[in-house]
This record gives sequence, structure tokens and C-alpha cells, in this order.
Amino acid sequence: MTTPILEKLQNSRNVLGLIFMLPATVLLLLFLTYPLGLGVWLGFTDAKVGRPGEWIGLENYIFLASDSVTQLALFNTLFYTTIASVVKFFLGLWLALLLNKNIRFKSFFRAVILLPYIVPTALSAIAFWWIFDSQFSIISWGLVKMGFIDKYIDFLGDPWNARFSTIVANIWRGVPFVAITLLAGLQTISPSYYEASAIDGATPWQQFYHVTLPLLTPIIAVVMTFSVLFTFTDFQLIYVITRGGPLNATHLMATLSFQRAISGGALGEGAAISIAMVPFLLAAIMFSYFGLQRRAWQQGGDDK
Amino acid sequence: MTQFNRRNFLGSTASVAAATSTLGAGALGFAPTAHAQTMSFKPEKGAKLRVLRWSRFVQGDIDAYMANVKKFTDATGVEVRVDNEGWEDVRPKAAVAANTGAGPDIILSTNDDANLYPEKLLDVTDLCEYLGKKYGGFYPAAQTYLKPDGKKWIGVPLGAAGAMMVYRQSMLKAAGFDSFPKDTDSFMRMCKALKEKGTPVGFALGNATGDGLWCNWLLWAFGGKLVDKDNKVVIDSPETIKALEYAKELYGYMIPGTLSWLDPNNNKAFLDGQISVTNNGISIYYATKNSPDPKVRELNPDVYHANYPIGPVGTATESHLFFNQMIMKYTKYPQAAKEFLRFMMEKEQFDPWLTAAGGYIAQPLAAYEKTAIWTSDPKHTPYRDCVKNMRPAGYAGKLGYASAGAGADFIVVNMVAEAASGAKTPKEAAERAQKRAERYYKV
Repeated sequence: MTTPILEKLQNSRNVLGLIFMLPATVLLLLFLTYPLGLGVWLGFTDAKVGRPGEWIGLENYIFLASDSVTQLALFNTLFYTTIASVVKFFLGLWLALLLNKNIRFKSFFRAVILLPYIVPTALSAIAFWWIFDSQFSIISWGLVKMGFIDKYIDFLGDPWNARFSTIVANIWRGVPFVAITLLAGLQTISPSYYEASAIDGATPWQQFYHVTLPLLTPIIAVVMTFSVLFTFTDFQLIYVITRGGPLNATHLMATLSFQRAISGGALGEGAAISIAMVPFLLAAIMFSYFGLQRRAWQQGGDDK
Repeated sequence: MTQFNRRNFLGSTASVAAATSTLGAGALGFAPTAHAQTMSFKPEKGAKLRVLRWSRFVQGDIDAYMANVKKFTDATGVEVRVDNEGWEDVRPKAAVAANTGAGPDIILSTNDDANLYPEKLLDVTDLCEYLGKKYGGFYPAAQTYLKPDGKKWIGVPLGAAGAMMVYRQSMLKAAGFDSFPKDTDSFMRMCKALKEKGTPVGFALGNATGDGLWCNWLLWAFGGKLVDKDNKVVIDSPETIKALEYAKELYGYMIPGTLSWLDPNNNKAFLDGQISVTNNGISIYYATKNSPDPKVRELNPDVYHANYPIGPVGTATESHLFFNQMIMKYTKYPQAAKEFLRFMMEKEQFDPWLTAAGGYIAQPLAAYEKTAIWTSDPKHTPYRDCVKNMRPAGYAGKLGYASAGAGADFIVVNMVAEAASGAKTPKEAAERAQKRAERYYKV
């Protein structure tokens, strides 16, 4: 009796399809949906590390909205992400365009450019920590020796200096990703477009604006989405270089979440901070998909 | 042989009891000691123990600890596995173990950890009372941490990693000070003089977990405190403002950049000769002894330690990293676990361990003040009284999630940093700290 049913199942495309999808579904549910769902749930509880919490509704979020440190962390995160992403994009694009030219030792330079990306973040963070050290900074030392300044720069001790210093570290680390991915995008653009436009008398700038940029936008959209996501959720750089100091001027949502949840034991509140990042991340994704994926423009037309 | 050892031992503990007994009568002190002498716990058959501890600050610590563990296994046949984790990682692991009811049998944790889940910990009152009687009693701070209700011990105090004033003798002399000031007024005068001589002081004002604790000392020295004994937040007080005004003046005599300082910065600046005074564990002194760099070793004779100056409150108000030993209630071998802790706290084991830790760790029991490490090098001596002079991190309130959260959120450190740097007025900084703390101590 069982054989025909089994046979029937084996011949049904729908059932087979479901079965084949099962492993992926289980993986997704187990490692993606469950943790995310748990995070959302924790954000609505007063859970402490190791102690299950009670449902407290929006209390965590109401507190966070009025908490000056969280407000500052949100500002820092937005500032950090905006500046770092924009600079990374332009630097990355510029590097990609350079590397796309026929220069000598091309493959050598392409390999070298990836180095910052290969070095583990924690290690490069320690390097930057020394570079920005208030007493041992190589930059300060060099400038003092050359006679440009007479006292060491307080890179990490002044709130604004600290913000820009950590942004520099983030840019250094993030540019290779943008540059190499955009370079890959540039190489998919057929040379015939450039030839055709050159025959029509297009200047290099016109070529860039009317050929390169439209054809590159799908890649740009993807790269920038990832770049913004990585920057927004940055943790290691800040944790090693400043731990959120001075005066919480460099605390990002991610580092504050960790500080409150793990060191401070307030798991629910930490989870709420993490979850509060989600709308911003979604907005970034929406922007790049709807803002940059403009088909008409890519195909040479104008957007309505 | 055994007999001889035992008699020796009896003699030495009796003298300790006599020296520290409040009754002042040697004979009276002797009786409970002799009684206590017999205490030991019989490990369960086939018992095995897992110990989770914070990883060493010095190699000598873990070497001596493991030698003691081996001695214990040889004596009792109980196998002990010791896992090490960075001290800041022990907290989440211990909390999860406590609440899931599975994990190590014994956890060596820090500060108020035991107060987060007291009901999950094995009652060790008998063991602690025995140790207290035998070794001159536990210091008050150790009791606040681990005997929160004044009756029941929820863990066995292990000691504290102390931070003290570390200074350059020659620089103090040059600034006109022969010895390290004992009170906050002359301390300020010294810092001013040091700055004028071009050898400023330096104290961490960044989010430094360990070296930021000097901010607690400062606050308490002037009578300020985060909460009163009923856990009511009282940080926004005239005493706090005084402490913050002091901090502001002190900041003027510090080397630039301390706002960014994390735990290692002051060590680096001190060893480079850029600062004359800082607060630190004994590690700076050790670096000057053992560094491969001859320039660092040259500093050795010039590095001295001193206790924190006393503020207007008139008593010592130090803040150090405290260590607990917790037996988890879920352990299958409570007797073996108690026996293990008893064994480790006895003089034969504890004394060599303290010595091997080289002054990094100070004892919780008064009798161990006599341990040779504290006098073998006079420069070790200030670290001896860490636990004696300290106040628990959540002073003056009860310890628990609120005190742990407030500490981890750097409320006091941020407040001092804000006021010191002039980012906020002392009053604003205190008000902000009040608001932040009230959240943790939910009013």
C-alpha cells in the first residue's frame, strides 16, 4: 500500500521541490529567523543576562528615546555612517577608475589595494589605536619633529577629533571593498560603448557620465548597500580604539548595545538598541534599491 | 612528619587567632580555632569538579593555582578541570550557567556577580565562618559582597586586584615632596607642583573598566555616593559637586589626552617617563623589573607605590576589582566543591599562591596580611590593604543588577570626565549621572 504513495510523492514536482528546499529553510529559520525573532522579543522584555525577562511592552524603547547616551549614540552612528560611506564611495570609485586603466604592475596594485581588507579588523584597529595615541602618536610625533605643531594632537581625547579619527580608520578599512567591487563592475562594461562614444566625439567626462556611471549603478547600489550596512553596524574598530569614549562621543548603536547587554547585563535593553537599528538599515536598503536602480536612466533615457 | 606539620600549623594559627581576637585572650581564641581545625568536607564518591576562573594577570598566579589544584587532586582523588576566560567574559558566562543550571561547579567571578543570582549559589556559611575564625576574619568589603544579608554567605571571597598610586620618587622630590601626600588637599598641591615642573600626573578618564575606578575613590573621598543604603540615587549632592570641582582642578594638572585613556594608556605613558603619578595595579612596577627594554628597567628604583589619599570623609575610600568564588547550586558534588575552596584558602595553599601572584592580588582574610610577599619588597606593602581599604562598587547600596549595570555603563567615570574636562559644569554632570543612575535603580 505504501509504495504507490511514495512513488506518487517522488513524482510530484511540488513535493520534491519542498523537500529540496527543506535544508535551506531549516538553516534560515534556525540561524536567521530565530535569532532575529528572539532579539525582537528580548527588546520587549526586561531580560537580564541569564535571567528570562517579563514582557514590558515598549518600556525599553520609551526609555531609550529619552536616554541622552542613546541619543548621542544614534547621532554618532548616523554621522559616522554618512561621512564614512560617502568618502568610501568617492575614494573607492576613484581608485577603481585608476586601476581600470592600463597602468604598469596592474595586478600588483590590485592585490595591494586589498590589504586593509584582509588584515583582521581587530589588528588594524590596534594599529590605529597607536597611530591616534595621545602620547605616542606617530602622526603627532612626525608633525612635532617637522616643526608644524608644538604639542601632540589629542586625536581620541576630544569628542570631534575622536569622531573623525575613528571615521578615518573605518574608511581606510572599507575602501578596498568598494574599490575592488566597483572595479569588477567596470570591467563588465563593454569597450565598444567607449569606442562608439569616442567616435561621436564624447569627452572623457561625458563618457564617464553617460556610459560608465549608468552601467555601473547596479553595482554601486549593491556595494553601497553593503558598505552602509557594514559601517552602520561597526563594532570592532570602536571597541578597540575608544570603547565609546571620550564622553561617549564615539559610542555607536552596536557598541552601546554590547555595553548595556553584556557588560551591564541588561539584555532586554541591549536588544532594544540593536532592534532600533533595523529601521535605519531598512531605510538604507530601500534607498539604494529604489533610488539607484533607475532602469530608464541606465538604458540611456531620462527618468520621468 | 604529619604530626610535626600539624603541630607547627596549630601553633601558627593560634598565634594569629590570639593576635586578631577582639577578646584579646589567647586561650579563648584558641578554643574555636582548635574546633575549627577539624573542619573538612568529605568529597562525594567519584566527584569531579570544573572550575571557571578569570585568566591570570601574571603567570605566577596561574602556575601556583594549578600547583594547588594538583595538590588537591593528589590528596582527595577529585579530578579538577580549570578553564580560563578573560575576566570581563566571565560575567555573562557565569550568569548563563547560573540560570540554565548547567556549567562549571565553581566560578571565580568579579565584583557584584554573586549578587545577581544569590539564590542560585550554594550556601557556604559554614565554610566562611570557619575560614573567618581561623584567619582573623574577612574584611568588611568582602562581607558586603558575599554576605549581603549579614548572615548567609553566598560565596567565598578570594581577594582583590588592587590599584594604587604609582609614582616617580625623583619627580616628587624635584617638586618638593619627600613622601606621597596622605590627604586630598596636599595631593592637589603636589599635582600642581608636579605640573609646574613639567612632570604632570595622569589618570584614565576614558571608558576604562579597571583604571577608571579612581573616579569612585574621588567621589567617595568627598562624601559623594551613587546611592544611599536603601538604593536611593543620591549622586546629585553637594558632596559630589565638591568632588567634581576637585576633579576639574586636578584635570588641569594632568597630561593632555586622558579623556581617551583606556586601561593600558597610563602604563605606557608612565613607563615612557611622561607622567609622574598614576593609579595602577602592581604591573607597572613589574614591567620595570622584567622588561627587556633597559630604559624601562632603569625606572625600577624610582617607582614607588602609595595608598590613595584620604579625603574630607576621613577614611580610606578605595575601589578595586574584587574576586568571588561561587559554588553553583546545581553542582552534583557540593561537598567536593566546598572542600576544594577550603583547601585553596588554607595557609599552605593560599600563602604560596599570594606570593606567586606577586602582589597583584590582595587577600580577603586579615591573617594573610602577614604573608611574606607584602614585606619581601617594601614596595609591595601598599597593595596589602586593598580589600581592607576598599568599598564595594555599588556603595553604599545593596549590590545586584542595578549596581552592576550602573558600573558597566560608566556613569561615575563619565560624570567625572564631563566635569573635569569642562564639557559640563559639575552641577550638570551630577544631574545627568543622577538621571542615568535612576534608570538602573528604577525609582
